[in-house]
Amino acid sequence: MWQRLYEELKDDGFVVITVAMDSRGTHAVRRPIRRAHPTHPSLIDTHHLVAELYNMVNVPQVVWIDEEGRIVRPTEVSGAALTLNLARMRRLKRLYLDAIRDWVRNGRASVYAFDEQEARAHLPPFTDDIAWAHANFHLGRTLWQAGKREEGGRFLKRAVELNPDSWNFFRQMKNLEHVLASGGPDFFRRTRRFRYEGRPYYALPDMPGMKDV
Amino acid sequence: MLLLVSAARQVEIPGDAREAQRGVWIDRETLRELTGWSLRPEGLCRGDACVPLSRNLAKRFVDGDRVDAAGLWHALGRPVLHDDACETWMLGEAAEDRERQLQSLEAPDFTLPDLAGRMHSLSDYRGSKVLLATWASW
Repeated sequence: MWQRLYEELKDDGFVVITVAMDSRGTHAVRRPIRRAHPTHPSLIDTHHLVAELYNMVNVPQVVWIDEEGRIVRPTEVSGAALTLNLARMRRLKRLYLDAIRDWVRNGRASVYAFDEQEARAHLPPFTDDIAWAHANFHLGRTLWQAGKREEGGRFLKRAVELNPDSWNFFRQMKNLEHVLASGGPDFFRRTRRFRYEGRPYYALPDMPGMKDV
Repeated sequence: MLLLVSAARQVEIPGDAREAQRGVWIDRETLRELTGWSLRPEGLCRGDACVPLSRNLAKRFVDGDRVDAAGLWHALGRPVLHDDACETWMLGEAAEDRERQLQSLEAPDFTLPDLAGRMHSLSDYRGSKVLLATWASW
């Protein structure tokens, strides 16, 4: 989907940079990347560094950055939903892609571009627990990759405890335990619990029209 | 050998794990390369941000060109962790520094490889509108 959008808008001064959050490294993403034939930069982030820099907790999450390197819309879910309602998913996606098109054409004047005050207000707060969670995740992943899987697993688990909002930490940890475990029964138990607590798996972006979809 | 890890980099330094428990002493340049933070007369600094160091802290953790990075991180309340063997050390980023960076709305730069191993930085694309989009295989 990003490849198509990039090809459509690349002559209007627009680029997509995709980042794969995959601690298993290149071989885990080689096939999906080759299949997408990306002509835009398609990067691999085994450390989840981008998630730390931009305070992300899930995939797909996106950030809009203008020509001067300023954040126009901070980290948000790009119009995805955990739903079996395919028509609704399509509408969310279409609205989100149209919003990007509008921003690429109109820049700051786009109704979808935040001004600085709005952008700051939409930044998810970066807490001490989140900072410690990232440190635990980094160390856990480093040890795991060095073959100390049990010890590394302890730090990964600690990262999940410190930042329970991070689906990235939880699913990557599960995926390192077993390559298929990130979408297993533990995942669905956890999403049910979160829904019960009123914490949506994918929050809707705060933009005109999104709530009506 | 000790392995020091930061958010963006890692570096191996000669050292003994038993001694590391009493302090991970590295030179200032290694600290700067690893974490981006450098020791200046006004304190521990990176870009416009400076954390002042009391004389007591400087006495305990700085010795000429050498600095006990783990001790200093700990004393400043910054995330610092090590493995059971004390061979691998993680020097993390403080929440307030991440928060300050994001509040500035300057998009934090990073450098990552593509499938072919070619490195790309976000700042290479200055002058274009960028949609930064994450995904994962899992």
